[in-house]
Amino acid sequence: MTLSRDQVRHVALLARLGLKDGEEDFYAEQLSHILEHIDRLGQVDTEAIPPTAQVVEMRNVMRDDVIQPSLTQEEALANAPEARDGFFVVKAIQDADPG
Amino acid sequence: MSEELTHATIAELHGRLRRKEVSAVELLEAHEKRIDAVDGEVKAYLRRTPELARRQAEEADRRLAAGDHGVHPLTGIPVAIKDVFCTKDVETTAGSRILAGFKPPYDATAVARLREAGAVFLGMTNCDEFAMGSSTENSGYWPTHNPWDSTRVPGGSSGGSAAAVAAGEAVFSIGSDTGGSIRQPAALTGTVGFKGTYGRVSRHGLIAFASSLDHVGPFTRSIDDCATVLGTLAGHDPLDSTCFDRPLDLSTLNDGVKGLKLGLPREYFEVAGMEEGVKRSIAEAIDVLKEAGAELVEVSLPHTDYGLAAYYIVAPAECSSNLARYDGVRYGLSDPKAETVLENYLNTRREGFGAEVRRRLMLGTYALSSGYYDAYYLKAMKVRTLIKRDFDEAFQKCDAIVSATSPTVAFKIGEKTGDPLAMYLCDVLTLGADLAGLPGLSLPSRAEDGLPVGLQVISPQFREDLALQVGRAYEMASGVLAEVAPL
Repeated sequence: MTLSRDQVRHVALLARLGLKDGEEDFYAEQLSHILEHIDRLGQVDTEAIPPTAQVVEMRNVMRDDVIQPSLTQEEALANAPEARDGFFVVKAIQDADPG
Repeated sequence: MSEELTHATIAELHGRLRRKEVSAVELLEAHEKRIDAVDGEVKAYLRRTPELARRQAEEADRRLAAGDHGVHPLTGIPVAIKDVFCTKDVETTAGSRILAGFKPPYDATAVARLREAGAVFLGMTNCDEFAMGSSTENSGYWPTHNPWDSTRVPGGSSGGSAAAVAAGEAVFSIGSDTGGSIRQPAALTGTVGFKGTYGRVSRHGLIAFASSLDHVGPFTRSIDDCATVLGTLAGHDPLDSTCFDRPLDLSTLNDGVKGLKLGLPREYFEVAGMEEGVKRSIAEAIDVLKEAGAELVEVSLPHTDYGLAAYYIVAPAECSSNLARYDGVRYGLSDPKAETVLENYLNTRREGFGAEVRRRLMLGTYALSSGYYDAYYLKAMKVRTLIKRDFDEAFQKCDAIVSATSPTVAFKIGEKTGDPLAMYLCDVLTLGADLAGLPGLSLPSRAEDGLPVGLQVISPQFREDLALQVGRAYEMASGVLAEVAPL
């Protein structure tokens, strides 16, 4: 499998990664080279094989629903690039004037 | 005097602290002097924590003075922490520019347990960005140099933690292992590195890379020290529900290998790029174990050839999800000039992440994207099942598996940076134990031309005792011990 420049641009946007000039070609070539190796997975017959997501086979780890100490609002916001009135500041996700 | 303090084991130093031959403050000062003298060349530390260390050493001396009963073996012992463990109020960046300035408001559980034990924190060690790499060259800050030959890499991703122990800049250190990131640098620096079963040590506060593969463990100068640190780190943690609650019994550590069956996986001796020197050193180590009474059996791990491919889908897929949190809103880098949410994401993540992280984020996003999920991600998870079954079958015939840790000795800085796949192949012998969640140990075997070689021991899930017992038997029978590099 090879990746085209358009695919790199698409995947980068899905991953929320801005690209620098010339990076589409750079990553198209490198990722294609890696995918060439990964394509060998196609040689393995996995028809009757279940997938493994977690190897220690634990399930349903439960705990009592009891309030535990947690960070203060001040601690939680201490690393924020911008905070105001006890909130994280996020850029607008809607137009100010929807017209 | 000073070398006696910086080149010793935890066990030796604990004895000297208890006998009041040395104080924790003196031990700290000897290490600070050593770091001042050699870290300009090694560059193991990203940042040091002298004030915290001084307070901890003074507190350790109070504990030691209060009586020798109940003093923890790590009280007053200087430790280095890989920069991926959240350490309260100490800048922790995962080797990434995107987290520059981040001061966690809490301790990772591993860090909290070391703190409670009374260990003295020297600082945060360099690593590949977000633990993605095999040479520490992917650090967002600078590469670390191998203390045995400063033109070579220390391995990675926990290269700073490995180099610190190998250079006498810490008595022990902690790291994380997702595809080999403890064992491979341990091999390349001649230190003892170990990760237990998946879930043996809590991942709480470990900055996440690939959650189903991330393991925590120590670097030390002896198997005995390794057991001490593992015992301190291990144990159930309600803050990580994958961290299980089973006792860790290491009482057989000195029982030797007589009567144990050691499996030699054919495929692990035939991997591409295996150096002759590594082969020789490992063959010799296996002879030593046989002489010591182990029975050798040939085993097979038939899906070894597919391990790297499965790993490079599963790990990037998980990291593409885990690293979505670096959004320029809650912590770390942000673009104050961005006008929209999307623009802030794109700019923050363009400036903050290095090339390897970007490669893996794209690879993982691609493998999870509509139309490719079944062909890549689901397929890789099925191959992961087959790899785990290979180990299950091998352990029907043997108690532990032995092989080389890395197919090569430490390579030159810059040698593999232009070819990501060549770098990935460094982990071909280690990533199987991560995919299957098995205990994996690397300890020094005889060096080749002055460069360390690592012997790997893999044991069944929950049987850390077997890997360490084999390692200890090799250490005793061979007389090959982890040494501090002459710098």
